[in-house]
Amino acid sequence: MGKVVLKLGDDISTDIIYPGRYMATVLPTETPQYAFADYADFNAKVKQKEFPAQSVILAGKNFGCGSSREQAASCLKGPDFVIVARDFARIFLQNSINLGLRTVICPGIDASEGDELEVTADTVINKTSGRAFATVALPKARQAIVDAGGLIPYTRKRLGEKHGSAA
Amino acid sequence: MAMTMVEKILAKATGQSSVKAGDVLEPKVDLAMSHENAALVLNQFKEIYAGTGHEATVWDPSKIAIIFDHRVPAESSKTATNQKKVRDFVAKQGIAKFHDIRGDQGGICHQILPENGYVRPGCVVVGTDSHTTSHGALGAFSFGIGATEMASVWTLGTVLNVEVPGSIKVVVHGELSQYVLPKDLILYLIGRISAEGANFKVIEFHGPVIRSMSTSGRLVLCNMSVEAGATGGVVPPDGETVRYLREEAGVKDALDIFGPDEDAVYDQVVEIDASSLEPQIACPHTVDNVKPIGEVAGLKIDQVVIGSCTNGRLDDIAVVAEMLSGKKVASGTRMLVFPASSRIYLEALEKGYVAEIMKAGAVMMNSGCGPCLGVHQGALADGDVALTTTNRNFKGRMGNPNSGVYLCSPAVAAASAVTGVITDPRKGAK
Repeated sequence: MGKVVLKLGDDISTDIIYPGRYMATVLPTETPQYAFADYADFNAKVKQKEFPAQSVILAGKNFGCGSSREQAASCLKGPDFVIVARDFARIFLQNSINLGLRTVICPGIDASEGDELEVTADTVINKTSGRAFATVALPKARQAIVDAGGLIPYTRKRLGEKHGSAA
Repeated sequence: MAMTMVEKILAKATGQSSVKAGDVLEPKVDLAMSHENAALVLNQFKEIYAGTGHEATVWDPSKIAIIFDHRVPAESSKTATNQKKVRDFVAKQGIAKFHDIRGDQGGICHQILPENGYVRPGCVVVGTDSHTTSHGALGAFSFGIGATEMASVWTLGTVLNVEVPGSIKVVVHGELSQYVLPKDLILYLIGRISAEGANFKVIEFHGPVIRSMSTSGRLVLCNMSVEAGATGGVVPPDGETVRYLREEAGVKDALDIFGPDEDAVYDQVVEIDASSLEPQIACPHTVDNVKPIGEVAGLKIDQVVIGSCTNGRLDDIAVVAEMLSGKKVASGTRMLVFPASSRIYLEALEKGYVAEIMKAGAVMMNSGCGPCLGVHQGALADGDVALTTTNRNFKGRMGNPNSGVYLCSPAVAAASAVTGVITDPRKGAK
């Protein structure tokens, strides 16, 4: 369960999530300091680690549109946010899955900043309003990567099989 | 079963006779491209190998291309250090398709790949850049991926768990009018289907306007397909594709030219009459906030940018030089011109375009992404309005959230630079 700590509209681009001017910073340990850098108040709280793990960023349609920059996912993975959105842009969604950032597709979600949300296997329950909203499951192919703990362990396993079969 | 262009390419890449949208595949990669973010890719690549006892070695160095373009020359010591790490890696792994910061062979990745013949029809291309969709212009299935996914490609030579996308068929009839360019066509399409209208799908371009369009124009369409959310854009290859690859890209080996099946199944068909199309402007802060030029004409502009992977090619610079010839950039307006590659810069020099542009008061910049992604070379002041031939106008895109970015064609940008306000290039044209 987590509290909605930031509520956003539609078409939030990777330039909003992680501005291009910080792209020379690549390490996942360093990227969170620039998360939503142009939202000064929110960014300051991220830097001060004010948000507990699994705090929710709530967004509308097409969250993460734009660039393929992985920093946009890694900067949110560091503080362990959960992203609940009506839907996601493709590359951002894939990057999140690859890095293990929790993303929840919830087309009908209705919540306000400060509301407490509980994410179950197939719904998001707004504990504050008492309403529940159905979520859309990830395609199996993507879920397999999530279940493996991200793309690095998933690929490492395949690498082992490749070397195993060659031996 | 009848297949779309992308289905046919993915069937070929997986050695199957037939695949369909929704299938999950592991296609072989023909080309894997990165730019400066190769620094992040190589971190993840090393992480995959960590503790395995195997030495981190890329699957096939001849299929990897690395092009420095996003921050060239380096804008900071941090970038310079990343570039240095990548240079060392390239040397160690024997990656020959490497384009460093050079005046004879450098430029933007999405121009370097086509002009060097690195992309072929029917191939699978991935790139750690969302505008990798560009290369569909040559009949490839080309799409953007993140750095970790690229590290996986460097390791295995395949893309894991790819879901075959459905396709949207866009048929463009009629004929584009004078000073109405491919950029206007793609902006119009994005405005019509929205910024997520093609999310998880491929846009397949058809019709007489596409068939008579140059590869340069087709690159514009496929490049910006991602701004409608598309996984890829693709133009079925034809005589023009072969001409471009033979004459401009110097490709000599055999080409595998094929198109989609006549009775392929599409998720959606969009018909456009190009003859009635006007110049289009994407207004702040989303690319689908598109208006015909009449609705925004007269707006004062502070900075004009010509360039980027969308519109920095020779035909773009030619139209700019033509419109600036004998004229001056308006007082109070700055104009920056970034040829998409060194080769284009040299050609523009030989044809006299550079002299026309500079005499008019515009600044010729080095080849690269320039201010498009808001790092350097033309940041905006608070309240500034930029009119630009680049591809994104998100809030803060050019480095300042308190500015506005308007997207347009090179003809609109050049006509407007002269007047200092957004101006229809057809005004005063013969």
